[in-house]
Amino acid sequence: MDQKSYRRGSFQSSTSDEDMLEIAGASLDFSMADDDPPLDREMGGFSSYNGGGMNGTSTIMDFLEEPLPGVGTYEDFNTIDWVREKSRDRDRHREITSRSKESTWALIHSVSDAFSGWLLMLLIGLLAGSLAGLIDISAHWMTDLKEGVCLAGFWFNHEHCCWKSNTTFMDRDKCPEWMSWSELILGHGEGAFAYILNYFMYVTWALLFSLLAVLLVKGFAPYACGSGIPEIKTILSGFIIRGYLGKWTLIIKTITLVLAVSSGLSLGKEGPLVHVACCCGNILCHLFTKYRKNEAKRREVLSAAAAAGVSVAFGAPIGGVLFSLEEVSYYFPLKTLWRSFFAALVAAFTLRSINPFGNSRLVLFYVEFHMPWHLLELVPFILLGIFGGLWGAFFIRSNIAWCRRRKTTRLGKYPVLEVFVVTAITAVLAFPNEYTRMSTSELISELFNDCGILDSSKLCEYVNDFNSTKGDDLPDRAAGPGVYTAMWQLALALIMKVFITIFTFGMKVPSGLFIPSMAVGAIAGRLLGVAMEQLAYYHHDWAIFSGWCSQGADCITPGLYAMVGAAACLGGVTRMTVSLVVIMFELTGGLEYIVPLMAAAMTSKWVADAIGREGIYDAHIRLNGYPFLEAKEEFSHKTLAMDVMRPRRNDPPLTVITQDSMTVEDVESIINETTYSGYPVVVSRESQRLVGFVLRRDLIISIENAWKKQDGIVSTSIIYFTDHSPPLPPSSPSMLKLRSILDLSPFTVTDQTPMEIVVDIFRKLGLRQCLVTHNGKLLGIITKKDVLKHIAQLANQDPDSILFN
Amino acid sequence: LFPQVSTMFAQCPWTCASPVLLIALLCCILSPPAQAIKSSEDIRCKCVCPPYRNITGQIYKKNVSQKDCNCLHVVEPMPVPGSDVEAYCLLCECKYEERSTTTIKVIIIIYLSVVGALLLYMAFLVLVDPLIRKPDAYTQPLHNEEENEDARSLAAAPTPSGARANTVLERVEGAQQRWKRQVQEQRKTVFDRHKMLS
Repeated sequence: MDQKSYRRGSFQSSTSDEDMLEIAGASLDFSMADDDPPLDREMGGFSSYNGGGMNGTSTIMDFLEEPLPGVGTYEDFNTIDWVREKSRDRDRHREITSRSKESTWALIHSVSDAFSGWLLMLLIGLLAGSLAGLIDISAHWMTDLKEGVCLAGFWFNHEHCCWKSNTTFMDRDKCPEWMSWSELILGHGEGAFAYILNYFMYVTWALLFSLLAVLLVKGFAPYACGSGIPEIKTILSGFIIRGYLGKWTLIIKTITLVLAVSSGLSLGKEGPLVHVACCCGNILCHLFTKYRKNEAKRREVLSAAAAAGVSVAFGAPIGGVLFSLEEVSYYFPLKTLWRSFFAALVAAFTLRSINPFGNSRLVLFYVEFHMPWHLLELVPFILLGIFGGLWGAFFIRSNIAWCRRRKTTRLGKYPVLEVFVVTAITAVLAFPNEYTRMSTSELISELFNDCGILDSSKLCEYVNDFNSTKGDDLPDRAAGPGVYTAMWQLALALIMKVFITIFTFGMKVPSGLFIPSMAVGAIAGRLLGVAMEQLAYYHHDWAIFSGWCSQGADCITPGLYAMVGAAACLGGVTRMTVSLVVIMFELTGGLEYIVPLMAAAMTSKWVADAIGREGIYDAHIRLNGYPFLEAKEEFSHKTLAMDVMRPRRNDPPLTVITQDSMTVEDVESIINETTYSGYPVVVSRESQRLVGFVLRRDLIISIENAWKKQDGIVSTSIIYFTDHSPPLPPSSPSMLKLRSILDLSPFTVTDQTPMEIVVDIFRKLGLRQCLVTHNGKLLGIITKKDVLKHIAQLANQDPDSILFN
Repeated sequence: LFPQVSTMFAQCPWTCASPVLLIALLCCILSPPAQAIKSSEDIRCKCVCPPYRNITGQIYKKNVSQKDCNCLHVVEPMPVPGSDVEAYCLLCECKYEERSTTTIKVIIIIYLSVVGALLLYMAFLVLVDPLIRKPDAYTQPLHNEEENEDARSLAAAPTPSGARANTVLERVEGAQQRWKRQVQEQRKTVFDRHKMLS
């Protein structure tokens, strides 16, 4: 439990990242309270919090009515109290509604308050779309920079450089304005020396980009590495990670994502785009009071922002909303559904207007074919599903093993060197094979493409029989030599991608997983598709083909197989269901292919679930020990609340605070000696009847404030939580009333409650702790960490791996 | 002007300045596409014609508007005699495409300048900053807790008597110190203790 964060003194105003108040000089050593310079403490402590001031002495009435700034905020690496946040929002809303009847200004205020959510969604969509456009255009340019440079303007990538000039049908890439590095340096592009020079420049640029990326990450924003989705899942379930969605993380993640993708590493940008969009959401929340002060409302906005992120990554607004619902969010109220859709649409529209790929396409591999498929083809589709599931399970196991090794051994001490070595290996292995040399998005686009008469790539080099050409609809043809070359090159590419992605995902650069998985699946699918096509061509008289695939018909579409393979592999790794199918058919625009996609996705999920329960993101959550209470799994053991509660049998009794008989000194010593994040308040030690629950942070802030602001408080002053002060002789020092920070409605269960119900309560209400009573008397406490440890123990995992509070 | 600027800074700290900056950046990114669509060199009609009989495949590009984007207007010179033109044109596929070179140029230049600025700042922090801070390091009393050391260094920084204890420069200094501490803490969590993002 990292308690130090509030101790760090902050004398200036808080940044937007540190929404909580950093108590100036607040420490556990209360004797220091007197000799800090008053001016700085004054400023840092209170005047900076949202501009509100508590300058000068405050009267007792002010002290009682106004909530102290800092009370109700959370420390870093702690869980929020969903119930409290939601009830605070309801109170705020009630107050605004009741005040709106008083004056026109208040009415306008209430209308603008209701409207603020939609305005926020609009801004998030705009910002996310713009950043995605920037990322796409820059990544496209820098990827091509490894191969050459455009003489007509160095900012053009290969495709745009050759936009105006005349290109031939066979060599669509060659134009005089684009010069590869060997042509630029040597003057010609042919020959062994030119090849070696190109190779060398490619590797050099790749290393330069990735080194730059990791240095920027390490130097400015260490939270910008990795995918981001596991951490966002944890944040959305109620965890606080300060700085994870801040402005530096946003800037560095955007910049280094482009660098990492351009360096040719086997990673994608979809996961990091979700992180970027959530950063935008978090930063824009600070413009609106309603969302800035309330952690629960803010998480609703973050769910919508995550939807916008996926929407710009794939050009799939509906898929984005479903992805946010299924994978990322924890609580997804229906109101958020409509707003997420709005944000996703605005983001997609903004990206389309920036037009990064020309032709108003949103994604590089948008395909539009509508060839029919036959029912018998479901067999190879299911085979692809099985392959996807097997690969997904294999990938998760090996990636987690490698990440665990990185976490525990000396490998983790050299992050920059690791990135260097992995990039070097990737670049050196990728250059010789043209299918790994091109960027992964282009590879997927080419694999999804159905070969027509207008295509001249190697993959489409079929033996053409011109006499039987009827318009644009080509029949199945025999494969030419180009196709065979492409096949074995693709097979090599598949092997390389399968292994190198294991070491790439999780490095200290922004890395996503969607594109590499789709590439693996697309290659496997295309290989199978071409094999099926050739089988049908050469053996069209077999029983299985004769019915529907006669000679001269166009029955097998290898592009469709590539798509189904991509969906299968992605489903096997992430275990997405509905969102995967919706994203894939939004990518293709073809409702005809829902059945094959669903068949493959379901098969791959079942096969992968049979081997290992968790998807890649849940596996990473478990590896890092985040306190994430899995919402989808059933708790099926027969333990009771008293088996899990603390204190256990041999532990010292529960630390409680009495409602009106403890002095300031007693409470301070309790706070000093224990590290619990909250204490139950009871009527008296003998009766142990429960009054409420008080949080540690609120206690510290209130006592600190009382030392400074209230007159007459000494160590022997009584602290009371009741409404009226307890009767005491008149010579006793003035008393401290702390009823305002007491939670009068803590959740309790009896000790015989089955743990199934307790876990359900924790999940559904988002509790942090729950008190256990027996016959009406307080017996113990169950915290979320205890629940997680218990689940881990019952699943035979290491309960000590739950790190955070 | 200076006191007003400081008052503005006091009331509207970095928290509300940064979203405003981001929105300004956004407008800069969005406005070029709005202006630049009309440039005439950014539109084209691309016709791809496959091999036909003994004619090889060809690609034709021409700078025409969308209504003229068809085979008859773009494919010049027509490689087949008049009777075959229709059959040939049925095989050709013509697409109208637009792009915005200004957007591309602006975005790439923005990106490169941000990367350059970050690199310069990193060089400054690594090389120049320790040299500037060095004289102050010796005036601090040694203290056990590193947090108090930072706290005292800030408290001991000379403040101008009277008017403002929080001039713009001091605030920037303080913000930078705080940011550096934050990054250090993050670095420890991620790289050293491997508590997160492993």
